[in-house]
Amino acid sequence: MTRIGPDVMPSAPQPVSALTPLLHVQGLRVSFGGREVVHGIDFEIFPGEKLALVGESGSGKTVTALSLLGLTQGALVKGIARFGPVPGASVELLTLPAQKMQAIRGQDISMIFQEPMTALNPLFTIGEQIAEVLQLKIGLAPVESAQRAIKLIADTGIEEPGRRAGAYPHQLSGGQRQRAMIAMALACHPQLLLADEPTTALDVTVRKQILDLLTQQQKSRGMAVLLITHDLNLVRSFADRVAVMENGYIVEQGRVADIFAAPQHPYTRRLIDSRPVRDVVEPVANAPVALSARGVRVAYPVPRPGIRGWLKSGEFVAVSGADLDLACGQTLGVVGESGSGKSTLALAALGLLKFDGTLAVLGQSWGTARDRVLRKSVQVVFQDPFASLSPRMTVEAIVGEGLLVHEPALSAVARRDRVWTALSEVGLDETQFPGLLQRYPHQFSGGQRQRIAIARALIVQPRLLVLDEPTSALDVTMGKQILQLLQRLQRERGLAYLLITHDVAVIRAMAHQVLVMRGGKIVESGPVAQVFEHPQQEYTRILLAAVE
Amino acid sequence: MSNSIDPIPPLRYPSPSRRAWLRFKRNRLGYVSLLLFCGLLVVSLFAELVSNDRPLVVVYQGQTYFPMWKDYPETTFGGDFTTPTDYLDPFIRQRLQQTGNWALFAPNHYGPKTLNYFAAEPNPSGPSRANWLGTDDRGRDLLAQLIYGFRVSVLFALALTVSGVVLGVITGAIQGFFGGKTDLAFQRFIEVWSAMPELYLLIIFSAVFAPSIALLLVLLSLFGWMGLSDYVRAEFLRNRQLDYVRAARALGVSDWKIIVRHVLPNSMTPVVTFLPFRMSGAILALTSLDFLGLGVPPGTPSLGELLSQGKNNIDAWWISLSTFAVLVITLLLLTLMGDALRDALDPRKAEQ
Repeated sequence: MTRIGPDVMPSAPQPVSALTPLLHVQGLRVSFGGREVVHGIDFEIFPGEKLALVGESGSGKTVTALSLLGLTQGALVKGIARFGPVPGASVELLTLPAQKMQAIRGQDISMIFQEPMTALNPLFTIGEQIAEVLQLKIGLAPVESAQRAIKLIADTGIEEPGRRAGAYPHQLSGGQRQRAMIAMALACHPQLLLADEPTTALDVTVRKQILDLLTQQQKSRGMAVLLITHDLNLVRSFADRVAVMENGYIVEQGRVADIFAAPQHPYTRRLIDSRPVRDVVEPVANAPVALSARGVRVAYPVPRPGIRGWLKSGEFVAVSGADLDLACGQTLGVVGESGSGKSTLALAALGLLKFDGTLAVLGQSWGTARDRVLRKSVQVVFQDPFASLSPRMTVEAIVGEGLLVHEPALSAVARRDRVWTALSEVGLDETQFPGLLQRYPHQFSGGQRQRIAIARALIVQPRLLVLDEPTSALDVTMGKQILQLLQRLQRERGLAYLLITHDVAVIRAMAHQVLVMRGGKIVESGPVAQVFEHPQQEYTRILLAAVE
Repeated sequence: MSNSIDPIPPLRYPSPSRRAWLRFKRNRLGYVSLLLFCGLLVVSLFAELVSNDRPLVVVYQGQTYFPMWKDYPETTFGGDFTTPTDYLDPFIRQRLQQTGNWALFAPNHYGPKTLNYFAAEPNPSGPSRANWLGTDDRGRDLLAQLIYGFRVSVLFALALTVSGVVLGVITGAIQGFFGGKTDLAFQRFIEVWSAMPELYLLIIFSAVFAPSIALLLVLLSLFGWMGLSDYVRAEFLRNRQLDYVRAARALGVSDWKIIVRHVLPNSMTPVVTFLPFRMSGAILALTSLDFLGLGVPPGTPSLGELLSQGKNNIDAWWISLSTFAVLVITLLLLTLMGDALRDALDPRKAEQ
């Protein structure tokens, strides 16, 4: 652990003020109801510096940021957090009375959040929301504040700022909303910006733009940024220094280049090489076809406005003209941004949606009397392991359900035996979790739940597994383990995977073939090496560039 | 890992239902309320043994009689008339106390309709040794009325709650799970149905038909399911599109099984939350209809009728106060039990 002195301060615009830290946190402890979640951490931010606080979910990084602004309700916060916007006159944030804190919040220190849709008030236009900050904090007149708001919006790179200022949050795209949030946070020229996962909820192609915007604003204003994130790649391209947090402790901090070159703590090392590793089975020639689609089109009815809606409903085409082939034992990756229709394609492959065109699993198409038998051959693992397991069923009931449907003749003893086998195959057993079968999903972590979901799919011995963003909701280290598990299962069982994801790194690690989807259409397809080395489409290039 | 020769391995963890019961017991207030309520219910179910104007057993001149189950003419016990015996008559009392004869009375010597002809004061008379809680304006024992009235109220409320919950859950489940046109049609039907003036219908029906508890139950059931139906529908609409339902569909589980095993257990929160309130609501509904004279047939012991007597005899404080106390205690116990029940049925509640 290295304490960074002023002499090694990187890229501070004003070297004089760099002598004293802007924010000095010492022995910060936060506890909720007697349970301590942050165990005495120390860090400093110098004026104009970009510090990243990196850790997995539950490591206490967001709580740390919120406690600095007095936003942790019901928490007991101890320690020192000295904030010195003017050299020589510092305030102690943690013991500050509520009214004085109010003055600092949004003015000297402001914050942006992960999900701009919920952070913005849906009932006011973004112009009004930004102007409100200016009126409250600087005391500008309404007309003046409205003009300033438009200028702030223009600064964040939103086109047609005058018109956009009158837009409600739902009328903007995710990236535009986050830009509006940034405009609001920067309205009063804060000295310190706390950015809590500012890009996590955004599409990959937008992430880079938002980060560029933050960097540019940081440079031009000379403010300090505390970036909270779980994504080390983000840190590498953005921050000057990084502090790695695990279970409420800062285990390592130092300059970004140093940490990446020579990580000291094993946790940091694990985070750095949590990038999934490519480990795929060699494709077998002439393998039977697991899934084939020709001209698949899926459309949802949407109500039309006005009186016309009474007579006829319009339609929203989610997927059109999709052709694909997936051989047994191989992986077909489908990559695209949210709204590209990739999850719809997955549901169609599962036979859970009405579609036009032909879609055949193991040579048999959906919509016949033998659907029930076909369901045994194609199973699914969803993205969110918290939503994909019924919270009121025990592990035994969840995993054993498929057997009740497809092998009803099985005795209770044999069924329990099969459940054990399936669970041990995904790496869950009684020695780790006493009373495993009688547990409920909430007693497991995200990665363990995802394993249960995989066990539920595997127990009926399918040939094709649809993986809908299997690692997106998991922490990076956990996601890597799940991918390794899936790679092993493919090797042992010859499973075919239809892998839906927005994450190019996952495709790189898992897939043989890849489809790139955009706006419901497949824009590019082919073997992974070919598509990723020599992308033909501009869109594919953007997608690939976003993760580099 | 077990092998296939082993029988089902013994579980070190208690079963889900056992754990639910443990969670229930952990809520002390709810647990004590359940015990108290069950105690009161059992006492009122065996009201005939607790409060009765007839002795349970009589041994008279070497012969054993069971007046609770059989009518005996007064002549049996040395009276003058062949009418059924009034065991509270001082003359009969005296005959039964002669040597060799004895009678086992219930702790409270009055039935719900027994008039106390021998009260020391005019009716309604205050609490005394003969009538522990006093009498009502017709000279009937108040304690006996409360015990029998409580029984009628609780049984009626149970029946109404069960019918309301069953109807509400079924209709809500159908609307929420199938959605679309089914939902649309059902919603319009509910709008029309809920526009019917319930109280007028009750008044009309109580004028047309002979009032009875069964009629009341049917009428209140017909209108009592709609509120719950909406909540269950909303829960179903939310839950049916969650990933675990999709996963079950992908497994090929039938609609019916998905409803029963997956969606329903996860949609029971409003049902369970409202259960105690529905129960107390039903008790209050019966009480207020009785109060208005639209409820149970005259002569049936009822809390509402007692409240109405309390209003008419405002100086007879024992009537209104004791009825009020019974109502408050019943409703309080139900609410506390409801809290514990909600905790018990949610496996996500931490188990300490």
